[in-house]
Amino acid sequence: MSTTTRSAYPWLFLAPAALVYGGLFLLPTLISLFFSMTRWTLTAWYFTGLDNFASFFTEPSLSIGFTNTVLYAAITCGLKVVLGLLLGVLLSSSMRARGFLRSMVFFPNLISTIAVGITFSSLMHPSRGVINQALAALGIPGPDWLGNVHLALVSVALVDVWKGVGVATVIYIAGIVSIPPQYYEALQMDGGNAAQKFRWVTLPLVRPAMNAVVILAFIGGLRTFDLVWAMTRGGPGFTTDLIASIIYKQYTGGFYGLATAGNVILFAVVSFLAVPLYRWLTRHEVDL
Amino acid sequence: MRPSRFVVLAFCAAALFLGGAASIPAQGTTLSFLIDNQSALDGIKGVMAAAEKKLGISLTIDLRPGGAEGDNVVKTRLATGDMDDLSYYNSGSLFQALNPPQNFVDLTDEPYMKDVLDSFKSTVSVNGRVYGIPADAAMGGGWLYNKKVYAQLGLKVPTTWAQLLANCDRIKAAGKTAVIGSYKDDWTSQLIFLADYFNVQAKDPTFAADYTAHRATIAGTPVALRSFEKLQEIYKRGYMNKDLLATTFEQALKMLADGSGVHYPMLTFALVNIKTLAPDKVNDIGFFGQPGDSGASGLTVWMPAGIYVYKNGKNVDAAKKWVGFFVSKEGIAADMEKQKPSGPFAVRGASLPADVLPAVKDMLPYFDSGRTAPALEFVSPIKGPNLPQICVEVGSGITSPLDAARQYDKDVEKQAKQLGLPGW
Repeated sequence: MSTTTRSAYPWLFLAPAALVYGGLFLLPTLISLFFSMTRWTLTAWYFTGLDNFASFFTEPSLSIGFTNTVLYAAITCGLKVVLGLLLGVLLSSSMRARGFLRSMVFFPNLISTIAVGITFSSLMHPSRGVINQALAALGIPGPDWLGNVHLALVSVALVDVWKGVGVATVIYIAGIVSIPPQYYEALQMDGGNAAQKFRWVTLPLVRPAMNAVVILAFIGGLRTFDLVWAMTRGGPGFTTDLIASIIYKQYTGGFYGLATAGNVILFAVVSFLAVPLYRWLTRHEVDL
Repeated sequence: MRPSRFVVLAFCAAALFLGGAASIPAQGTTLSFLIDNQSALDGIKGVMAAAEKKLGISLTIDLRPGGAEGDNVVKTRLATGDMDDLSYYNSGSLFQALNPPQNFVDLTDEPYMKDVLDSFKSTVSVNGRVYGIPADAAMGGGWLYNKKVYAQLGLKVPTTWAQLLANCDRIKAAGKTAVIGSYKDDWTSQLIFLADYFNVQAKDPTFAADYTAHRATIAGTPVALRSFEKLQEIYKRGYMNKDLLATTFEQALKMLADGSGVHYPMLTFALVNIKTLAPDKVNDIGFFGQPGDSGASGLTVWMPAGIYVYKNGKNVDAAKKWVGFFVSKEGIAADMEKQKPSGPFAVRGASLPADVLPAVKDMLPYFDSGRTAPALEFVSPIKGPNLPQICVEVGSGITSPLDAARQYDKDVEKQAKQLGLPGW
């Protein structure tokens, strides 16, 4: 009796899923690999080898996207991890109005990103925006949040954190709640205080939740498009352009081959940064 | 989750059904018309009403964004075969990028085409075939200014760049914004660069041909590079509003109308918007062409956008009829009745009414004395798509004019290659 009988029967069960996956994911990916090496007008194409990739790395208006994207992902990811943890610890402790505060923190996540972007770009208006008017009332001259070339990207990243920290907090709360209370009790017996509880119990045991937050926030940051587009459209000039917004602009300009090359690059960047990061993080997890 | 998904599906089905039902002609024919949301619609609505009465053809207007996002909508809808019967879109280089022979109906042999001026036809033609009609009056690109403030400060319309700067100094000293920047809408940043083309071709008459054939670049042609330098000079001298990167087109028009800003480099189509925003102030607005460093000043002219008939639409015949009515005497009269023209029409025999806006009157001497030149995008098929962002960078001091010119030459190279032009 052989258990590895060759039969078409199991393949039939696989077929529907394989068709969908192949037709909607694998095939377009392979086709886009090809078109990324062409000059393409959607109806005709001309093979150009690696020219598109070369121009992505050499033209300042395109290559600025790499530094900006990594910077943006690092800022948003870092702040979400730290602020989310602090809020998570705070909101999982027994305190007044906990439910209300939890909803408050999560609330920005329910609003459409575009609406958030438009709202904040008017709040951040250099002369008529509420933020700078409030600062002016205190006697502080507010900066041009979205117009200053050194500040614009950070401003957008901060709005992203405001909007996204709720999800991070929820993941942290789930992680903290699942820590068995015995650990805390044991530490209490040894006379540990609140800071020590955080340092020696919460922090190591919330690690899986933290890893989830890091990965989600980082990949989310790398792929951000909507918020930047709603707030600055990559401007002033090209200073807040991310890879995704550059791809969109190339597509708009009618450079379909170049835009496809950008998508291939984005795919590669996300894979090459996120996969090793995930591996590295999971190696450092401890069991409960 | 399941019930909600059914609700969504049911909703989609209902939307599809209703959408389908709406496009079945109840009485006469209904055409769809795709137009950007920044253009004034009063004139077009006037023609629509007249056409409905005369031809029994009515129109539903679909709005799309302007600028690069609008290009995206148009190109995507063409590529997916989902275009409206009629579309309103730029003439000149942007139109060339839409692959007209494949997408639009050839209107060359229509009887009304003999009345459309050749200068317009050339901007909507590919290989000698004409694909569009003028949707509007021709426009001037130059400087709108507030005449009241000019009178208060005793200023005269400048005829050289140095005089313009001197005027700006006086205005700045009087505590007003001399030049309004509205770079939040980044397309508005291009005006100083593009409206300088009269001065470029006055010094270098073969520039457009050389540039198209890759024999000349902006960075390598001092008089063309000068256009970027002017854009930066205005900023560096501190003439502009501090919040220029956060100001929108509409806010800029309001500033100009109320006199807190005195100059606004813009196309004259904006006069129609000013008339809507501040009807009592539009007569305070004047216009002059962007002056050069020396020589007679002239005017850079923009051909109007075109209206095109989608080749694979269901109602091609009705659409052709409607378009013919649009450029007929009746059609133009209906247009001008509802919307004062922002310049001369590109149709033979269409004369401007006597009560035309003062700023439009300011344009006429340039036409009468022949001191006009079409903007570069109408004499060369290449226009780099990144020009708005590059102009924002030059116009707010982020990049130097020379670096910007080099960057733009690169951008243009991509466009020329994409169009498959010889010599690139």
